Amino acid sequence: MRYYDHLIFDYSKSGRCGYTLPKAAAPEVSTAVPEGLRRASAPALPEVSEVDVVRHYTNLSQMNFGVDTGFYPLGSCTMKYNPKINEEVAALPAFAAIHPLQPVETVQGVQAVYAGMEQMLSAITGMAYFTFNPCAGAHGELTGLMIMRAWHRSRGDMGRTKVIVPDSAHGTNPASAAVCGLDVVVVKSNADGLVDVEDLKPLLGPDLAGIMMTNPNTLGLFERDIKQIAALVHEAGGLLYYDGANMNPLIGKVRPGDMGFDIMHLNLHKSFSTPHGGGGPGSGPVGVAAFLKDCLPYPHTEGQQDNETTGSSAGCTQRVDLLTCGPFDPQKTAGRVSAHMGNFGVILRAYAWLLTIGRQHVREVGPIATLNANYIKELLRDAYKLPIPSVCKHEFVFDGLINDGAREGKEGATTLDVAKRLLDFGFHAPTIYFPLLFHQALMIEPTETESKETLDAFIDVMHRIAAEAAEDPDILHAAPHACPISRPDDTTAAKHPVINWADLQAE
Amino acid sequence: MAKVETGLKYAETHEWVKVEGEFAFIGISDYAQHELGDVVYVDLPSEGEYITKGEDFGAVESTKAASDLIAPVSGCVEEVNTALDDTPELLNEDPYANWMLKVKLADASELDSLMDAPAYEAFCK
Amino acid sequence: MHPYIPHTPDDIRKMLDTVGMKSLDDLYADVPQEYIYKGDYDLPDAMSEDEIRRFFADLAARNVKMTCFAGQGWYDHCSPSVIPYLTQRSEFLTAYTPYQPEISQGTLRYIFEFQSMVCALTGLEVSNASMYDGPTAAAEAVRMAVASTRKKDVVLIASTLLPQVKEVVRTYASYSGTVIEEIAASDGQTSLDALTAALASGRVAGVLVPNVNAYGIIEDHTGFAEAVHAAGALLIEYCDPSTLAVLKSPAEWGADVAVGDGQSLGIPLCYGGPSLGFMACKKDYLRKLPGRIVGATTDRDGKRCFVLTLQAREQHIRRDKATSNICSNQSLMALWVTIYLSLLGPKGLAEVNERSSASAHYLCDQLVATGRFTPVSSKPFLKEFALDYQGDARALHKALADKGILAGVVTGDHRITFAVTEKRTREEIDCLINYVKEAAL
Repeated sequence: MRYYDHLIFDYSKSGRCGYTLPKAAAPEVSTAVPEGLRRASAPALPEVSEVDVVRHYTNLSQMNFGVDTGFYPLGSCTMKYNPKINEEVAALPAFAAIHPLQPVETVQGVQAVYAGMEQMLSAITGMAYFTFNPCAGAHGELTGLMIMRAWHRSRGDMGRTKVIVPDSAHGTNPASAAVCGLDVVVVKSNADGLVDVEDLKPLLGPDLAGIMMTNPNTLGLFERDIKQIAALVHEAGGLLYYDGANMNPLIGKVRPGDMGFDIMHLNLHKSFSTPHGGGGPGSGPVGVAAFLKDCLPYPHTEGQQDNETTGSSAGCTQRVDLLTCGPFDPQKTAGRVSAHMGNFGVILRAYAWLLTIGRQHVREVGPIATLNANYIKELLRDAYKLPIPSVCKHEFVFDGLINDGAREGKEGATTLDVAKRLLDFGFHAPTIYFPLLFHQALMIEPTETESKETLDAFIDVMHRIAAEAAEDPDILHAAPHACPISRPDDTTAAKHPVINWADLQAE
Repeated sequence: MAKVETGLKYAETHEWVKVEGEFAFIGISDYAQHELGDVVYVDLPSEGEYITKGEDFGAVESTKAASDLIAPVSGCVEEVNTALDDTPELLNEDPYANWMLKVKLADASELDSLMDAPAYEAFCK
Repeated sequence: MHPYIPHTPDDIRKMLDTVGMKSLDDLYADVPQEYIYKGDYDLPDAMSEDEIRRFFADLAARNVKMTCFAGQGWYDHCSPSVIPYLTQRSEFLTAYTPYQPEISQGTLRYIFEFQSMVCALTGLEVSNASMYDGPTAAAEAVRMAVASTRKKDVVLIASTLLPQVKEVVRTYASYSGTVIEEIAASDGQTSLDALTAALASGRVAGVLVPNVNAYGIIEDHTGFAEAVHAAGALLIEYCDPSTLAVLKSPAEWGADVAVGDGQSLGIPLCYGGPSLGFMACKKDYLRKLPGRIVGATTDRDGKRCFVLTLQAREQHIRRDKATSNICSNQSLMALWVTIYLSLLGPKGLAEVNERSSASAHYLCDQLVATGRFTPVSSKPFLKEFALDYQGDARALHKALADKGILAGVVTGDHRITFAVTEKRTREEIDCLINYVKEAAL
């Protein structure tokens, strides 16, 4: 990676352009926009050539790290390999050129993707139906909570405005609940890092909408008491929401639907291999138990199709019943949650992945991801504090270095320092300072796509960093040493926001 | 060790109150600024607004956290320390010299529920 | 063995030894047995790459390729070949959110450029890094208006907004207790009189109006900002960003917030997603703006660099007090739009509007000349327009669909809304006109 200090605006020169347009189809109409509706001056966009654009963005890309560059042990993010055949499928013009309002008879291929995905995700999770309209995980959470509220509302049960969230939950859980107009009540973890059932009991009542849980939880631990929790919550009239951010270890092993969850979301950009794209687009489909079908957001694909179309065999030319976006009950539906039917291009990629995995390999995904996590944990616990030593699932948490090198006149190396030092060795940093239960949290999730050799190399580097810290923590304080930039000044950025080209020029 | 200035009243949410006649000055404690780290922004109400004890009246933001400010007393805002708009770091430099609001006390008895300096010092331990 | 799971049986055995277990099942010993799924997964057989290609080619064949004259929020504009070539670079495609700025300057820089371009188009001072799509951005803007004004619970939305925008805004609002009221239109454009009357309640936190509405009409918002601000509310403009090359910007209308969908900036239709939403505002509302924001700063050596800034507002720190639950953006689509706007520049984007507008006016005139259509409004339009049809609009639409033409969107029993972009050739437009003339419906 090499430092490159330009913005596209630097290349702008009046009169340059980087486009061609088709021949004009009709003579220009000068009167289309009356004077009073025209803007006073042209927007300050750059004027650059095609070559400028290609070189600039190629140079920018070379300051970026991706899954294709190296290992990403990022906890709770499931950074697995993004297969290339998925990209090929998503780029097919017969999908990419479809207008969302085309008559449904003319988009049966598209609808079959939704129907096929719904069927496969239901098989994996034990849910009955899926909506694909949410565009990301947090959007899925919000949609799931809307479904929860819509269900209570449809039964005239208006007083259920409280949602219980464990203290170890992802930060999005309480934020999504607040956006959905729910009051968040926190349930504590016990000494084992699991939801404290005794602490939960007094929180249950007629104002309970439901509980949001992830299982395994953010500490990578399986919530063993889930059966009792589900019974208690259901008894109190609440629903159970499953945060699918941690679904990867359960793929091929455990189904949230079987544990009593009524609503869940999945992140197709995590467990289902679609690329993160530097922060999106993702996809956050939401699955529901059968009794919640009418509360799904609209539009939703309806209709039966035979197995041929979902790929039980390679061919699928056989004509099936028409798939449509059926009518919905305005008194029951959660509503419309996005422009149309979510990020179709992302759903296509996940479909391709599921077909590659198929019934033969689905049982390998979760267990191998879990094996990888436990392997790293066992081999690094001699150098990093392990607050919860029991078997983990897909991820686990260290609480900083055992020996941070602190001594008279010298601060010890922190989790942030370890993270930054890792960058020097060609690894992405783990998730740091989350979960909030630990002060120096380092959360590691390797996924099933990383080989033993990759993990061994990572473990070696983590040991080397621990040794450096013990010897001289300043090596870590000063890291990274080998990246395009050193540590940025966040304080100045937040205190004096410079957030566009005009601000930058005014500097 | 965080400094606790004597002669002030403190809330459990780490705001301090300094009473001068019928007015009260409100700020955040040294402990609070230390926990927040580099303060980058302070969101305060305008003059003439009414703040209510126990409710949030603004927020302090640092690079790593954002925290609501909870009113330790009720009253009408008489004056706002506008220096904090451009130099929020004053809260890190001296949190006791740099008050945030001056309010006209609505109910002086509300002060009774606040801690004095020794009690607050013990509370922070 | 599977190409995405690199473990050999020997690797698995060695690794199990290391963790002190005998089998992979032991890793799940803490899971109550009743939850271990023992059934058969109802999934298809695993496919090879070539089988996948064939499978999707077969599915693709069940879609009908149509010549697109439909709009209603999704427009078939030309898109330069450079864009997918660059956005598919794996350093962009396979990167995570840029939380580690030292190895994410590529992503951070293009987001900064994206923000700059959104500011240039809208005339506003602040933009975020993008949102899911236009309708959800509008819903977030409504939340922002309510959060920025104290104790007001009503938001007025134009009845002329696209249906998907109104529906998403209503959905979000229904859960947070915000009351949504529609502002009536006259001659197809949001009425200032109706707006003024609705503002009188004193409960209005924000007003959402489109720059170009569902009928394709360019709305005149003269006097809107004054009325809205006098009532202590925020003016939010919902914009088609492509049109901002020529139309009055949200800032020029006096708007506090601008939102919209980036699809019109060269993003493929792709059945409606992925696209992106954009959101810009005046500097006063910077700290209320949801989503990510990238800012410039320097590193320890004084080098210019970029970081995610103002993160304290965000969900991972603020939890239930956050400005929004959004924790991603449509980053790669922001790159798409940034490259599109770089290539076209101010002149190219204006030309796109002029060409589209010329073609739309030509089609409109020709359809009206058949004597079977009448314009819904006499107001000015760019690339989209609504006509009333003397016969059954659905039957006509179906007849043309059978010929491979997506003849607009049926927006009423006797109404069709057409959109024409610079991508449609004269032959395609004439073909549509001729089929309409032939169709005896």
